[in-house]
Amino acid sequence: MEYIIYLAFALMTLGIIFAAIRFIKGPTAGDRVVALDTLTTISVSALVLLAAIFQRFIYVDVALVYGVLGFIGVIVIARYLEGAL
Amino acid sequence: MIAAAIYAVVQKDLLYAVIATGIISLILSIVFYILQAPDVALTEAAIGVALTTIVFIITIRNTVRMEDESDKNKNIKSAAK
Amino acid sequence: MTYYEIIGGILITIGSIFLFLGGLGIYRMPDIFNRLQAGTKATTLGAMSLILGVGIMEGTWEWILKSFVIIVYIAFSNPISSHALARATYLRGHRPYIKSEDKEKMDAYREVVENDPKRKEVEV
Repeated sequence: MEYIIYLAFALMTLGIIFAAIRFIKGPTAGDRVVALDTLTTISVSALVLLAAIFQRFIYVDVALVYGVLGFIGVIVIARYLEGAL
Repeated sequence: MIAAAIYAVVQKDLLYAVIATGIISLILSIVFYILQAPDVALTEAAIGVALTTIVFIITIRNTVRMEDESDKNKNIKSAAK
Repeated sequence: MTYYEIIGGILITIGSIFLFLGGLGIYRMPDIFNRLQAGTKATTLGAMSLILGVGIMEGTWEWILKSFVIIVYIAFSNPISSHALARATYLRGHRPYIKSEDKEKMDAYREVVENDPKRKEVEV
């Protein structure tokens, strides 16, 4: 069971590294915002998995707040790029 | 986190700096979480992701987007209008 | 090892593989629209599967209920941000990636898109 969790953390770390490379390289603003969105979603999953490892039920609330509020920043930046803010 | 902070300071385009600020807040929240402080991580998530981004984007919309090295007085004037 | 842990482990493995594929796709794809596809759809499925797997692995009712709440929020919020971003990049005048020898598709695309009155031609 522990090996599965180690494997999951290794794969998520690789995904975070690739998204960070795209954030640094990305030629336009949209690429960077997509990288931010992907990093947010991967981080929500990592927070839930960490809560299961720590065996603390209350820690899931942080991931819940990220799931609720994480998209507001992306929407604000998208409206600014569209010119309609 | 340090790399994202250096990126946010060095970058000339202020919109990219705002996105880098969002990534700094994300990683800082995860660090607070690992250090067994979920309430601080909760507040950091709520403030850093939503509120800071909105305030900075409204500021950029009302002023200029590109940071200009040559004539800073002109930018300050256009921001003050 | 109970049945809950076996099912949860399988779901966690599937979810982490999809999260990795989302990150890889956001690095490899040639165009911003393709990056949007890879970066939001794959990670949505991966996050849903992984969170449900954690909820089932713990096995009590409160974990499963809270993981369902997080799944519902992700299922609402992630397509909203993806749609807003795709609309913004389209209206800003980004061109989709088309192979250079594919002339017919390029002409058809220009005929449809460049007559769109709402679209501005502002790069970056």
